[in-house]
Amino acid sequence: MKVLVPVKRVIDYNVKARVKPDQSGVDLANVKMSMNPFCEIAVEEAVRLKEKGVATEVVAISIGPAQAGETLRTALAMGADRAILIQTADDLEPLAVAKVLKAVIAEESPDLVLMGKQAIDGDNNATGQMLATLLDWPQATFASALEVSGKKAKVTREVDGGLQTLEVDLPAIVTADLRLNEPRYASLPNIMKAKKKELAIKELASLGVDTAPRLKVLKVTEPPKRAGGIKVETAADLVSKLKTEAGVL
Amino acid sequence: MAVLVIADHDNAHLRDTTEKTVTAALKLSSDVDILVAGQGAKGVADAAAKITGVRKVLLAESAELGEGLAESMEALVVPLMSGYDAVLTPATSQGKNFSPRIAARLDVAQISEIVDVVDANTFIRPIYAGNALETVQSSDAKKVITVRPTVFKAAADGGSAKLESIPAPAKPAKTHFVDQKLVKSERPELSGAKIVVSGGRAMGSAEEFTRVIDPLADKLGAAIGASRAAVDAGYAPNDYQVGQTGKVVAPELYIAIGISGAIQHLAGMKDSKVIVAINKDADAPIFQVADYGLVADYKTAVPDLMSALTAAGK
Repeated sequence: MKVLVPVKRVIDYNVKARVKPDQSGVDLANVKMSMNPFCEIAVEEAVRLKEKGVATEVVAISIGPAQAGETLRTALAMGADRAILIQTADDLEPLAVAKVLKAVIAEESPDLVLMGKQAIDGDNNATGQMLATLLDWPQATFASALEVSGKKAKVTREVDGGLQTLEVDLPAIVTADLRLNEPRYASLPNIMKAKKKELAIKELASLGVDTAPRLKVLKVTEPPKRAGGIKVETAADLVSKLKTEAGVL
Repeated sequence: MAVLVIADHDNAHLRDTTEKTVTAALKLSSDVDILVAGQGAKGVADAAAKITGVRKVLLAESAELGEGLAESMEALVVPLMSGYDAVLTPATSQGKNFSPRIAARLDVAQISEIVDVVDANTFIRPIYAGNALETVQSSDAKKVITVRPTVFKAAADGGSAKLESIPAPAKPAKTHFVDQKLVKSERPELSGAKIVVSGGRAMGSAEEFTRVIDPLADKLGAAIGASRAAVDAGYAPNDYQVGQTGKVVAPELYIAIGISGAIQHLAGMKDSKVIVAINKDADAPIFQVADYGLVADYKTAVPDLMSALTAAGK
């Protein structure tokens, strides 16, 4: 069974995003970039499937600038077998990403696509669902557990108020939620080994996919700041302030 | 222009996220219809028909719609879109599951988790965990939008829209529902609660979390939340998680106990009206967003707070 794992290079989750003074976007110059945390979870799950003997090949793919190759090297160091970079300087919207992935899937024919539920930059939470729709493959989003047997996958999903379990026929799209697993750190020997693994580079234009943006970003601003509060000395003070000053009790 | 709002419900009760999404829809158009898709959900449709400003309520019922299967939701909504210019769905985990499918099938962008409507084509949405707000203009003929419900006021009751039953789509062939385990609780639901009491990693164990947080929440009639650190450590179930990757809440009163205030947690609660923080570390970032901060160990502060509430007649 072949597993395809799309990964995205984003601002590191520990770094606070800062809005550019000209309101044209978020300042990414000299900012630490890493693999999107949900993508890391997807890579980890795919590698575990391989270690269990369920998956035979794990292919990581990223769409982005040349530096996204570093993100793919991380996936290779975690245990992916080979990687594909679809190179572009453009920042694609989820619909365009889904269309590009569909074109790659037509060539790669994976049995399972494992991907993060959302990227922590655009926070759209849409690409996996869109890809499933375009392919007419079943989808199981927000997975907290995954069991593959034969041509089926049983997926436990995090839903409002609890957990839902679905069974989907393969090939399928599964998107990873936080608690699916805890991704490993790549070891130094594996980082060295990853340098020798295959990383194929294709230009986005060569795929012939319409990736034109549908949304125009007019401006990016900072959210309103909360005015600083006060410190209270005792719990009794707190209750009296909440009652008389804030009026919320 | 006509707008379709997809109701959020559990087949028995309409959630107020629906009324809030109607408020966003009314900013786009005065022709707003609601779709109730479920199983045994006539009562939900009746409740939806009472929302002021709603023109018509559509009700579709089948087992798969009741289970909320994304493929079924999409198959139901897409043909309806010939009669609408926009579809708005509350950005709950259910809405986020199916809404992008509608967008992909219509070959349009999804405009995710909007927090404001500027005009019929222009919307404001948070990015980077709410650390930035993006104003986007859509060039698509039809708009597929999810709405962050906490920022909109619920539309009032008082309407009497007509109810129309519509057929449900065929069962999806390749996705099968196995089961659903929902946590039963007497407490208000986290996303819609007026008061939220949240605990963090300082609790140290699931037993301690329950011992400290539950009685305070019960006393205040509050919902219970937790930081990601507390959830990851297994002190609280995953659906308690407040934050960028969990639930976004904006109650009247948010009480954070033993929570340091990581960026990802603040993204989920900083729109609360009043924030109270109790933490023994005076430098914890949570105090930067708190209206009232109490620097104290929760072990003594929470019992003191309980007594003070009792003394105040709570």
